Amino acid sequence: MTRFVLRRIGFYVLIAVLLAFFAVPLLWLASAPFTSDPTYQVRMPDFTSENFRALFDNPYALGSLWNSVLLAAGTAALVVVFATLAAYALSRVRLPGRDALLYTLLLLSSIITGTAAMVPLFQLAVELQLIDSQLGLILILTGGLLPAAIFMMKDFMDSTPKSYEESARVFGATPLQIVRHVVVPLVRPGLATIAVWAVANVWGNFLMPYLLLSDVEKQPAAVIMYTLYTEGGQANIQLLGTFGLLYSVPVVLMYLFVSKKYGFRFHGGIKR
Amino acid sequence: MSAIELRGLTKVYPGGVKALDSLDLVIPDGEFFALLGPSGCGKTTLLRTIAGLETATGGAVVIGDRDVTGVQPGARDIAMVFQDYALFPHMNVTDNIAYPLRIKKVARATRQQKAAEVGARLGLEQLMERRPGQLSGGQQQRVALARVMATQAQAFLFDEPLSNLDARLRLEARTFLKKLQHELGVTTVFVTHDQAEALAMADRMAVMESGHIRQIGTPAEVFQRPANTFVAGFIGSTPMNLLDGVVRGDTVDVADCKVAVPESAEGLLRDGEKIVYGVRPEYNVYSAESADGSLGGTVSIVENLGATYLVTLDVNGVPVQAIVPEGREPELGDEGFAVPRRDRALIYRDGELVSA
Repeated sequence: MTRFVLRRIGFYVLIAVLLAFFAVPLLWLASAPFTSDPTYQVRMPDFTSENFRALFDNPYALGSLWNSVLLAAGTAALVVVFATLAAYALSRVRLPGRDALLYTLLLLSSIITGTAAMVPLFQLAVELQLIDSQLGLILILTGGLLPAAIFMMKDFMDSTPKSYEESARVFGATPLQIVRHVVVPLVRPGLATIAVWAVANVWGNFLMPYLLLSDVEKQPAAVIMYTLYTEGGQANIQLLGTFGLLYSVPVVLMYLFVSKKYGFRFHGGIKR
Repeated sequence: MSAIELRGLTKVYPGGVKALDSLDLVIPDGEFFALLGPSGCGKTTLLRTIAGLETATGGAVVIGDRDVTGVQPGARDIAMVFQDYALFPHMNVTDNIAYPLRIKKVARATRQQKAAEVGARLGLEQLMERRPGQLSGGQQQRVALARVMATQAQAFLFDEPLSNLDARLRLEARTFLKKLQHELGVTTVFVTHDQAEALAMADRMAVMESGHIRQIGTPAEVFQRPANTFVAGFIGSTPMNLLDGVVRGDTVDVADCKVAVPESAEGLLRDGEKIVYGVRPEYNVYSAESADGSLGGTVSIVENLGATYLVTLDVNGVPVQAIVPEGREPELGDEGFAVPRRDRALIYRDGELVSA
């Protein structure tokens, strides 16, 4: 009995230590922005607004968050639209070599927005005059995310019964009407998943915007964060902590919103 | 409303499987027509080819006076109820019923009103705001029916309309469907693997086997005079007795007994010919005493069918079944005799019915 109790106690202590390991940085993120003269330590905040004032004095901080929103929303929209159409076609039309095509795309996609393709991508953007353009960046990010998105979407499409669509077809619906009226509502959770995944990807992407956007006014938060240094060349903990909080809040909000609104799937109408 | 005509309709799937082999069939205007057969016989393929969901490899589909062989399903002016009903789960009952009208760009108010009308006719008034997931199987089926009624199509196609209902509801739905089809008078083709369903509902039916139609006729014709041994074995809730026999003048030797040549085959048989003698258990008159032209043996099984009993006699090693009314059923091991009715027994030569 005592051995059992001791073992239990040991187990929970271990869990607590492990959790602390992950919780402390989050705690720091929550407290540092409200603490005067923050350090790497987690301290009881004194709820100063000084840090926020200092951050808002930075000419690029707020603008960069807006840029991040633009890039993320634009990319997510394009990824969702194209991935849905492509995945629907790939799911319903029998193409020779379809699976090989999908797997090749998936394999190559990790290269497109990866380090290996930096130089050619930069060259391409220059040639197409898409350098230092947010649209160009959105297109390139979309290209990088699409194969994986198509792959995921196709899975959702495959799992929706065909008779829904055949039913609509017999009533005379065109393929686009079928997609709009029937397929999209049925795969809504899939669309939400892809959108969230795309936003999170773009939000955290540092390399591509750093490479392709030279105008500070256009750079997203991930890049601006990299510039938050003191005159002495030290990381500016005051600004970093505060900016870090603002940077993470939108992503958290998005997750909450999406899981509340789309975190379910329609059922019924098909008798199994 | 209009007739459906199939001319030499052929469907070969990629890979060489011949699902339909040059079928000819005419379904007159307003008829309730059943496609019956075991699974894999091509009946669902045939229905889907009429709908246009499968493209015919050869032959023609004519609906009304229009050849629709190459026409898209939506332009054929037909409506279909799928086996799983395929109601749209994200739309409520009203929107589901009104969906065909939405495709035809009918104004919102008009189509809502139409949906309400059709829904009321099928007793769905209280359910119009519900989603399919909140409906029972029978209610879902009625919504699916309401949806095809709202199309006002020339012909309806039902794929296994009753297979997803439980046994009790199935009987109710059978009566309901037959009445509804009769009232609407729309040419309707339905697919089923259940011979009782086909017999009960259809005006006429086609019995299919591996891509061929083996017999077309009214339920009575198909039941009483199956055109071949396949149909004979498939139709009827108890399968027909199909016994090997040899013709001897006016009698047939079956399982070492002599039975009379049936009326339908009189004068059409050669002496000494090998045939199959067929008689339904329902047309086998059972008695405990020996009679002329009877099949005598020991009772080996007695099965209770409710108001009747299915008695299996062991006639010199050949099982012969007869239907016996309740109260007169024999005991196991009794000696019993079955006298086939001469006006109902049939003779099959090489699997085909012998008749004038």
